[in-house]
Amino acid sequence: MNTRLVLALVVSGAVALTACGGTTKDSAGQQTGGATNAAKADPNAALKEGLKITFLPKQVNNPYFTVAQKGAESAGTAIKAEVKATGPSDAAASSQVTYINTAAQQKQDALVISANDANAVAPALKSARGQGLKVVTFDSDAAPDARDVFINQATSQEIAAGQVKLISQAIGGSGEIAILSATPNATNQNAWIEVMKAELAKPEYSGLKLVETAYGNDEDQTSFQKTQGLLQAHPNLKGIVSPTTVGVAAAARYLSSSEYKGKVQLTGLGTPNQMRKFVQDGTVKDFMLWDPSKLGHLAAYAAAALASGQITGAQGEKFKAGDLGEYTIGAKGEIVLGPPTVFNKDNIEKFDF
Amino acid sequence: MRNLLRWETALVFLLIVVALTGQVSTDGSFLSGGNLFYLGLDIGEIALIALPLTLVIVAGEIDLSVASVLGLSSALIGWLWNAGWPLETILPTVVVAGALCGAFNGLLITRLGLPSLAVTIGTLALYRGLALVVLGDTAVADFPASYTAFGTTPVPGTNIPYPIVLAAVLAVLFGIALHASSFGRSVYAIGANEEGARFSGIRVKRIKLTLFVLAGAVAAIAGIVYTFRFSSARADNGVGLELAVVAAVLLGGVSIFGGKGSLFGVLAGVLLLGGLRNLLILQDTSTEVLTIVTGLLLLVSVLAPSVTRRVGSLRKATP
Repeated sequence: MNTRLVLALVVSGAVALTACGGTTKDSAGQQTGGATNAAKADPNAALKEGLKITFLPKQVNNPYFTVAQKGAESAGTAIKAEVKATGPSDAAASSQVTYINTAAQQKQDALVISANDANAVAPALKSARGQGLKVVTFDSDAAPDARDVFINQATSQEIAAGQVKLISQAIGGSGEIAILSATPNATNQNAWIEVMKAELAKPEYSGLKLVETAYGNDEDQTSFQKTQGLLQAHPNLKGIVSPTTVGVAAAARYLSSSEYKGKVQLTGLGTPNQMRKFVQDGTVKDFMLWDPSKLGHLAAYAAAALASGQITGAQGEKFKAGDLGEYTIGAKGEIVLGPPTVFNKDNIEKFDF
Repeated sequence: MRNLLRWETALVFLLIVVALTGQVSTDGSFLSGGNLFYLGLDIGEIALIALPLTLVIVAGEIDLSVASVLGLSSALIGWLWNAGWPLETILPTVVVAGALCGAFNGLLITRLGLPSLAVTIGTLALYRGLALVVLGDTAVADFPASYTAFGTTPVPGTNIPYPIVLAAVLAVLFGIALHASSFGRSVYAIGANEEGARFSGIRVKRIKLTLFVLAGAVAAIAGIVYTFRFSSARADNGVGLELAVVAAVLLGGVSIFGGKGSLFGVLAGVLLLGGLRNLLILQDTSTEVLTIVTGLLLLVSVLAPSVTRRVGSLRKATP
């Protein structure tokens, strides 16, 4: 019976330790959000020299974040700040927390982070802010009350309108077009498609006719087959817009090896490394994406401006980000990088990500 | 026993070396209260799960499904919380669910006579799959601050994280069970010679079943700690954690073949692995080096105790 006794003892001890009170989802109440800034911003404060900034990507050895890191480091050189990149090798929800705690322990001035999980990093970020670190999120935001500002790569409006403009230019302003999207319930994709439809209703795009929206589920094979399907179903199709990096690369691969190469135009959101050979062989004229290097650059400047007291993260505050110019903090502490970068055969060699 | 004590002495010595070099090389921030708090948080779940796993391995078995039980318990917390259950009911329920997971392992191993390695590799996938069924790839994060504070703030007036207090209480209970009770002596006997233990009247199957139930229950408790520490209930919480726990137990001097080891050694092993990792990150060691060091430590953890033991037995053989 000794066995049962041990079992009962350990389990009941554990249960006793964890139980107390009556808390449900409804009774828990709303946790108050929003960053509180007691300090006043001093727009004329000079950027401090020798600031220590930790750059924490979703994971290290990821080409996209390596480019962003170089941007942050070049900003660090320009403002005489020490930008230190660190981070986990896996993109699991919780693996960034150790590195956030370490940055606080090392008494860094600011932390620039792309959050793997908006909530999992929040307690550690709050604790770090409590110890005086300024927190800038970029690319992927954390819970808004856990950071000072968020650097948004581009607005939905800019991303969607930009692609409509590119396809219109590519097909000469008139003809049938189709959209090759990711999954039917992807939030960002659907937001962009809505904006695209609104753009197409404008008089300047009256020659364009959207005939179908296909979904490649962000899978290479499916996107490849859907491209084939679009071309067979619509013999007069002049152009395809694919606002997903997987879709645009698969569609380009199909077009480049088919009779439609050069006859059916393609644009969308893609990375230069994926799209380089299709731009060089003439399948694709222009495509777009934000430049991660500029994203990292701006994030480092925002971190320095926060740590120097130029800004506190409140709406309407302005700061200068070197060559990128002046930025204004928008609602909810968001700073938008600006219009996405358009890549074509003239500039694609300059980008490696 | 003498040789084992020697390995534990070596561990304590290593701990002191790491602490001192860390303290000097980081200008005193390694042993500061703030950093020790973070270190405690980082090793909390590993320390918890290592306790029952020590008993399992001493008994000559293994449980690789513990991290998946952690994930399943985290997913259950999120699911029941969304369903409007009070946390006071959710937490005991989750611990019971963990115990049931452990019982399922234990029954397959004791009643059907299957090897624990094979069974728990299977349930490693099974429990993680169930977690994904329960919660999908979403995260539940709206837990009240009064609970998440358990995983993010120290005990008032100290730098001790709550999970470490919990682990310490359980360590005392498990220490008594393993080292100061007939139950514990039976566990050693089973690990050293299962046949002999059975013939001397020890209820081998029942004891093994108990150990797996305990492993499941404590893994679920670790799941609660993990969930509140990150205020995020997710099905993929703690993926791969079983390897860190097994490494710590083996580094602590527990023989993978059973019958040998002590809880004190395991706690020293947990502290050593966690401390080294913390120190390397604090010194901005690159992730690649960190992975290599962790891998080497894994090797050392298996090799070193058996080497010291062999040296010890050689000495005994040649007087």
